[in-house]
Amino acid sequence: MKRYDLIIVGAGPSGLSAAIEAAKRGLKVVVFDENEKPGGQLFKQIHKFFGSKEHKAKIRGFKIGEDLLKEADSVGVEVVLNATVCGMYQDREVTVRIGDGIHHYKGDAIIIATGAAENMVTFPGWTLPGVIGAGAAQTMMNLHGVKPGSKILMLGSGNVGLVVSFQLLQCGCEVVALVDAAPRVGGYGVHAAKVARTGVPFYLSHTIVEAEGEDHVTGVTIAEVDSSFKFIPGTEKHFDVDTICLAVGLSPMSQLLKMAGCKMEDNPKRGGQVPICDEYGRTSIPGVFVAGDVSGIEEASSAMIEGRMAGIAAAEYLGFIEKEELDTNLEELDSALDGLRQGMFAPKNRGKIPEKTDEGIDISMSLLKKGYVGDDEIERFPGVTRKAGIHPVIECTQNIPCNPCQDSCPKKCIKIGPNITALPAINEDNKCIGCGMCVASCSGQAIFLVDETYEEGYASITLPYEFLPLPVAGQKGIALGRDGKKVCEAEVISVKSAPAFDKTHLLTMKVPSEYVMKARFFKAEV
Amino acid sequence: MHSVNDRSRDIGEFVPQPDDDMLICRCEEITKGEIRKAVHDGMWTLTEIRRYLRTGMGLCQGQTCSKLVKGIVARELGVSPAELEPATSRAPMRPTEMRILANEVED
Repeated sequence: MKRYDLIIVGAGPSGLSAAIEAAKRGLKVVVFDENEKPGGQLFKQIHKFFGSKEHKAKIRGFKIGEDLLKEADSVGVEVVLNATVCGMYQDREVTVRIGDGIHHYKGDAIIIATGAAENMVTFPGWTLPGVIGAGAAQTMMNLHGVKPGSKILMLGSGNVGLVVSFQLLQCGCEVVALVDAAPRVGGYGVHAAKVARTGVPFYLSHTIVEAEGEDHVTGVTIAEVDSSFKFIPGTEKHFDVDTICLAVGLSPMSQLLKMAGCKMEDNPKRGGQVPICDEYGRTSIPGVFVAGDVSGIEEASSAMIEGRMAGIAAAEYLGFIEKEELDTNLEELDSALDGLRQGMFAPKNRGKIPEKTDEGIDISMSLLKKGYVGDDEIERFPGVTRKAGIHPVIECTQNIPCNPCQDSCPKKCIKIGPNITALPAINEDNKCIGCGMCVASCSGQAIFLVDETYEEGYASITLPYEFLPLPVAGQKGIALGRDGKKVCEAEVISVKSAPAFDKTHLLTMKVPSEYVMKARFFKAEV
Repeated sequence: MHSVNDRSRDIGEFVPQPDDDMLICRCEEITKGEIRKAVHDGMWTLTEIRRYLRTGMGLCQGQTCSKLVKGIVARELGVSPAELEPATSRAPMRPTEMRILANEVED
């Protein structure tokens, strides 16, 4: 039986982060992952991450995955792929299926970072081919380059449903509707807004009645539900679709911990069956730690910090570092994690419906119910100002932990301050030079450059654009509003691409001046 | 005894529902109606349901249906799903052919 100082199960964001921290402190570490590729969900994440610099904000998920793998390799972490940990026994012994055999390994410490599995919902026809999880859609598109379908209905308006809907659009699919039984959009408003402005209709308080089709999905019927989630007769709506995508939450894959005898609890706030553990991932079994979604559903940025904490805690448990070093290390990570767990969407605020932002501004109800901020609501937010000449318009209206825009502006026109969940505001004293760095840096694609006096009777609007084919200068089309409906005719002035923009292209279009605060997306005429 | 498992509690008669023929456990092809009937046959825990019907015993090992089965059983018993003890976790966590399971490799 082979022995390691530390065995980690799962090579996702938390497992790799834990491995790096432990190996840096001298532990001999092995990471087992049942998949053929490491990185967990990171390599499916093609969008820019939120947070601040320490959380790797504005870097795309797959790039973070590549960086983690490189770092793990450089500190001597052994990553074994196609290796399924299928049992965990007394004294931290695990059995691992590799190839056609079962191998036994023993770890002086073990970190379980197995992540989560997608939830399903049932409705007549849910077993038809064409009903897929949002994770499956991401795997098909972003790992294998396969288009999941042509016409797609998305069920679930959490961040997964919103992000995957946008990726489906990028992939060339038509998203016919975004549906959620809840009365309000569950994910970040900026994610919803970037989907809504392309023309995807949101149906909140709606769910699927049935999927139609003989041997595959050919259509779907949804209907409105009342406050006790019962269908309201007469509200049925039908869509012709070939794919139904489900993004209805995740459940921790905690079976190994239960099998090993860790104390468990069923905690709906953490996503289901989770181990009882302290803030650094120590479970009820000495030497067994957890990190990431398996100990409670959050997202990749916090999973990476939890992983680092567990890796350092394991190093201290095995005597590779002193208690003092542990305390100093954890203190830094505590504050990094605390930064991410602030704002409207923080775990502690789950289920609450805020009426005002931290700044005391009324939350956009249209954003929560329809996926976009209403034209009559937008100007009350501090990032939205009007003046002559070019200037940024920041349509960031919820307190979420994110601040890359502040650092991106070379002229310091954008201020957020030390509290990274504060709404970005415009520093009126400084003059915008129209470089567009803020537009490209915003992970939520919520920043626009507006020149209200571009030329006589016309304004220019620069927006983040991540679709192919790229429009070209001089191309005519229509400008869509925040609601995805036609506002006016528009003409492309320029499309700028630069390495510093990291594949977010800056499309500048010309619209009649009166639409300057309404037009937010460009659609080429077909 | 945990109150959820107090079998003297009256949970009423089995009442057929229009979607009873909907598949819940795809691997073992168990319907919603079969699961609901099993509760009325006296199978109140997820472990009992699993042994009685084989829900979650197929290829995906309950990855898809365990939460769904839990919800159906809880509703039938009139309790919250969080109150139901999950079925036992045991090796192998993933479906493994016997020839592999029996092939212990010495490292």
